[in-house]
Amino acid sequence: MTAQTTAAPVKEPEKPAAEERRWWRVDSTDGLWRNLALVGVLAILIIAGIVTKPDLYSDGTWVRNNIFTILELASVIGVVTVGMTFVIIGGGIDLSVGAIIALAGVWSTTLATQDYGPGGMIFCALAVGIGVGVVNGILISYGRLVAFIATLAMLVAARGLAAQISNKQTQVSTSDFINGLAANDFLGVPVLVYILAAVVAAGWVLLNRTTFGRRTVAVGGNPEAARLAGINVKRHTLLLYALSGLCCGIAAIMLTSQANSAQAAMANLYELDAIAAAIIGGTLLSGGRGTIIGSLLGVLVFSTITNLFAINNLSTEVQNMVKGGIIVVAVLIQQIQFKSLSQFFAKNSKITTS
Amino acid sequence: MKHASDLSRRRLLLGGAAVGAGALLTACTSNEPDEPSGGPQTAAAGNNQNAAPGEKVTIGFSAPAADHGWIAAITSNAKAQAGAYSDVEFKTVEAGADAAAQRAALQTLVAQKPNIIVLLPHDGKELNAFGLEAMKAGIPVVNLDRAFPDPLAYRLQIKGDNYGMGVSAAHYIIDQMKAKSVASPIIGEIAGMDELELTQERSKGFTDTLAQAGFKVANRRAARFTADSGQQEAASLLQALPKMDALWNHDDDQGIGVLAAITQANRKEFLMVGGAGSKAAIEAIQADSGVLKATVTYSPSMASSAISLARLIAQNKGMSDLVELQVPKEIILASETITKENASNYLKLGF
Repeated sequence: MTAQTTAAPVKEPEKPAAEERRWWRVDSTDGLWRNLALVGVLAILIIAGIVTKPDLYSDGTWVRNNIFTILELASVIGVVTVGMTFVIIGGGIDLSVGAIIALAGVWSTTLATQDYGPGGMIFCALAVGIGVGVVNGILISYGRLVAFIATLAMLVAARGLAAQISNKQTQVSTSDFINGLAANDFLGVPVLVYILAAVVAAGWVLLNRTTFGRRTVAVGGNPEAARLAGINVKRHTLLLYALSGLCCGIAAIMLTSQANSAQAAMANLYELDAIAAAIIGGTLLSGGRGTIIGSLLGVLVFSTITNLFAINNLSTEVQNMVKGGIIVVAVLIQQIQFKSLSQFFAKNSKITTS
Repeated sequence: MKHASDLSRRRLLLGGAAVGAGALLTACTSNEPDEPSGGPQTAAAGNNQNAAPGEKVTIGFSAPAADHGWIAAITSNAKAQAGAYSDVEFKTVEAGADAAAQRAALQTLVAQKPNIIVLLPHDGKELNAFGLEAMKAGIPVVNLDRAFPDPLAYRLQIKGDNYGMGVSAAHYIIDQMKAKSVASPIIGEIAGMDELELTQERSKGFTDTLAQAGFKVANRRAARFTADSGQQEAASLLQALPKMDALWNHDDDQGIGVLAAITQANRKEFLMVGGAGSKAAIEAIQADSGVLKATVTYSPSMASSAISLARLIAQNKGMSDLVELQVPKEIILASETITKENASNYLKLGF
């Protein structure tokens, strides 16, 4: 007995010391550090711009216009990425977002729809987006198709339908209201930036302050446990894809407004841009973790790179290689935060969103 | 019980809304315009004695699946031109998304034993082998636009002048800059898909001709022949060049987006030259209300010409204006500059 009691006090002080972690490495500040790192990357890019083009950056109005240009460049992809973040947190993936944008855009700019005016065009784009999202959701949750395959099939089918409806022509938008969304400012800030801000804010509230958001994290983190906890996983997955479709519908209106037209080849490879932005923003591809702010920062990083390359007259080939490099670096850094590769790929239920 | 009736009412409302939305959507897919718009570009069959009906020929046709207006116009022009001749039977195959799919489609076309094949390949180098095969089997091949490298692979090669497009655009800009006495103008360029050889040729023609006058391109962005990519690249270009004197955009279809970006940035201090010659661009040049002042042609009417010449080759006739008895081996169509003065002549050629 004496041996045990003397042995026990020797062990006790070690355990609290081993468990005591520094406050800055606790799980709840994990997301904060990741987002701060992205803000740091943005700052580096802006400094690179100032260093390479001091003559342009010395003009205050130019800088203001440049910031708005970057935000407008990011607006369409940003809206798509909000929807994609939800889907990926929920454990799925949506490869068809570009095709949904094309289909919604084409459907809303047919001569028949344009007769109904801007209201009809907006309704059409949103309805098509939600409709295709629901089809995706039904195939994946009730049809039990793998998300990758189902959305891949939808990618091809939706573009085909868009080409059929538009007869492969570019459909010009004659609606002044729709075209004005991209051209007009409200209180000095472009309308597209307001739409992006509204969608990001709504997405943040939905993910962090509603039960829908909590359930999304649960379903993505551990679907079986979520089901046993009473969440209707199938219906929730359907709603996630419908939400992604809705975001694509909004993006379709914004892109149609920017280009004053819609065609079946629009939004080319947007799915890859959205997934890349979500990943570097800290969303775990296997599900269960992600933040809206991180995804937005990811989108802004890519837009700032595009802008930096444009003002320095560098070719798109180098830009694409740099983008690929950034994605790899971002994932590697996330790996360092985990102790091993197996933990990186395993669904880690201790990690929370912020 | 109340809970159940609430649920069924909600389901009914949701279901009704879904059905209603679906019905509205299916009504909104029609693209029929209220007034008929201009037709395709066909050769006037009136004065030409070559157009008089001769022996019946079957023309096989293959072009890539259209994903933008220019390629769609190629296919519709070819169809319309073949329809204008009473002695032509027109067989077409969907060429699919890439060279491999086109090769497969062409095998089925060859099996139908046409007299002659008119082919716009996905890529000239990749379908060169097919051209050689068909020529050896006795079916003459008319190579349209994207060139086969081997002369044995085609009977006639008809294409536009990509290098010449750049030259024409540069000449117009040089003339305008000299007229305005601008000593070293800031020139921007919005190219098409950079991985295509034709884009490289167009840019080369542009920069070579500008260099002769001592000018150079200040910033060049590459879009993807679609309006939304044109708008994005143009928005970036306009930011990079806060003051610009001239802009050349390679393609008028992506020009819809480029012009949108210019309107959104509210810039009008420069002049813009387009490319390919779409109807909307020609009308804008005529109206002279924006920055678009000229365009250089690369007209999909070359498909109509290819069909006409294919018919002549199959019927063993020559071109009436030439002294020689047979159709030439290579025809490079000139790139013409359309400005406000001559826009009315080109309206019917706009696609």
